[in-house]
Amino acid sequence: MAACSVEQLLAKAEQEEAEKLKSISVHKELDLDFDVGNLLACDKNRIESRDFREQKKEDFLRSLARDNTQLLINEIWKLPTERVEEAIVAKLPEPATPLPREKPPPKPRPPTKWEQFAKLKGIQKKKKTNLVWDENAKEWRRRWGYKRANDDTKEWLIEVPETADPNEDQFAKRVKAKKERVAKNEFNRLRNIARAQKVKVPGVGLTPKAQQSKDELSRAVSVAKTSTASMGRFQDRLPKEKAPKNQGKKRKFEPLIGDFSSEKQRQLELLKVMDSKKPKLDITKAVNKQMREDDREEAAAKHKKGAGKKGRKGNMLGKGKGGKGKGGKAGGGGKKKGKPGKH
Amino acid sequence: MRPLTEEETKTMFEKLSKYIGENIKLLVDRPDGTYCFRLHNDRVYYMSEKILKLATNISRDKLISVGTCFGKFTKTKKFRLHITALDFLAPYAKFKVWVKPGAEQSFLYGNHVLKSGLGRITENTMQYQGVVVYSMADVPLGFGVAAKTTQECRRVDPMSIVVFHQADVGEFIRSEDTLT
Repeated sequence: MAACSVEQLLAKAEQEEAEKLKSISVHKELDLDFDVGNLLACDKNRIESRDFREQKKEDFLRSLARDNTQLLINEIWKLPTERVEEAIVAKLPEPATPLPREKPPPKPRPPTKWEQFAKLKGIQKKKKTNLVWDENAKEWRRRWGYKRANDDTKEWLIEVPETADPNEDQFAKRVKAKKERVAKNEFNRLRNIARAQKVKVPGVGLTPKAQQSKDELSRAVSVAKTSTASMGRFQDRLPKEKAPKNQGKKRKFEPLIGDFSSEKQRQLELLKVMDSKKPKLDITKAVNKQMREDDREEAAAKHKKGAGKKGRKGNMLGKGKGGKGKGGKAGGGGKKKGKPGKH
Repeated sequence: MRPLTEEETKTMFEKLSKYIGENIKLLVDRPDGTYCFRLHNDRVYYMSEKILKLATNISRDKLISVGTCFGKFTKTKKFRLHITALDFLAPYAKFKVWVKPGAEQSFLYGNHVLKSGLGRITENTMQYQGVVVYSMADVPLGFGVAAKTTQECRRVDPMSIVVFHQADVGEFIRSEDTLT
């Protein structure tokens, strides 16, 4: 029993081996067309419709796919291989099959303003040399860019022209003019692009630039936020984002030369209201008054004391704040008295 | 240039009433012509309507000043009275302080008025009341804020401050550049 099972196993193993070998080599009537660069294999062999009509069409398709894939992989193995990080990689050749376009070809760009003008006037583009002779440095330097010939910005002396204001900064003027030219160029370039794509350009300051400042960005954000159907009322804000100031309707002021009499009336009414709001009794006034009265009493008491020592007792009464040993003190001792309501 | 809004007018009048009290009415409603307040570059100017109409012909960036500048609104919308308003405050001042000749110069240089320099002070001055400072010859020198009531002024020692300096005519030379 054991012996025949062993034989059976061996036979089985041999069979499997044969199958494996068979599977590597595939026999086809017509050879396949290979485009290994695109990993493409075209099979021109006829397909028996008999195989297709039977119930085993799934199997047929699977076996067909397996065979063709095997052939393609055989082709790949024929290519030169190299080892890249524990994987054997085959170097594919250039793809031979031309693939059709995915998208339609781009439409020709409409000419820019300058191109239109040049065509109109018949101006040809003049080829410029790359290098220019720099007299100061006595060598050939590039026309523009790093270490250019006749560099404007490196000049240490600028003569002030006759017609210019002597207090004007010529260096700053030059820098500013350059900045303006750059900005103008950039603006025109973007305008050309917008014209080419028939895209509507957003208002000044919202076109994206290379370096946008903080308030330009915030302005763009606020404009984007308000560009919703409900004017940005239901847009969520980031956790630490602050509400934008200067938002809301533009303030409307009275006209500069309005009705003078009505203006006067309004101001007088405002004054009247202000007057009525002021308190009639001022605490400090009351305190001052009280203090004045106390001073007067002190003076009176001293006077009387000086006149006759008889009335001492009677005069010691005084009003509520009085009796704290007035006798010895002169008028300057009033500091000791409490000053209510001062704070 | 534009007229003042309600809040701005209110702030300004409150400030002015500290110095001249109800006499603001006399500034607003004058028998000898219509005068008005206008705001330009955060500064309040007081001018007659004739001047105003002439000033409309000048562009905003080229217009420096119109009429008399009373003061300016700070960034936080508080009103600050300038010395240029003295001509209109002095005749209508409610509380006045006269300064002795010796202390005049000190005040004109921007220092506060000490008790030793105090000549006269109107009766019933409250503490922190706006006062106009005069020399003994009744020449207005500037204005300030009373540091003490009249009563207290009588009792304090000579080196304590009785009037806080706010503006003086010396500023016409000191802050020549910033005064419009």
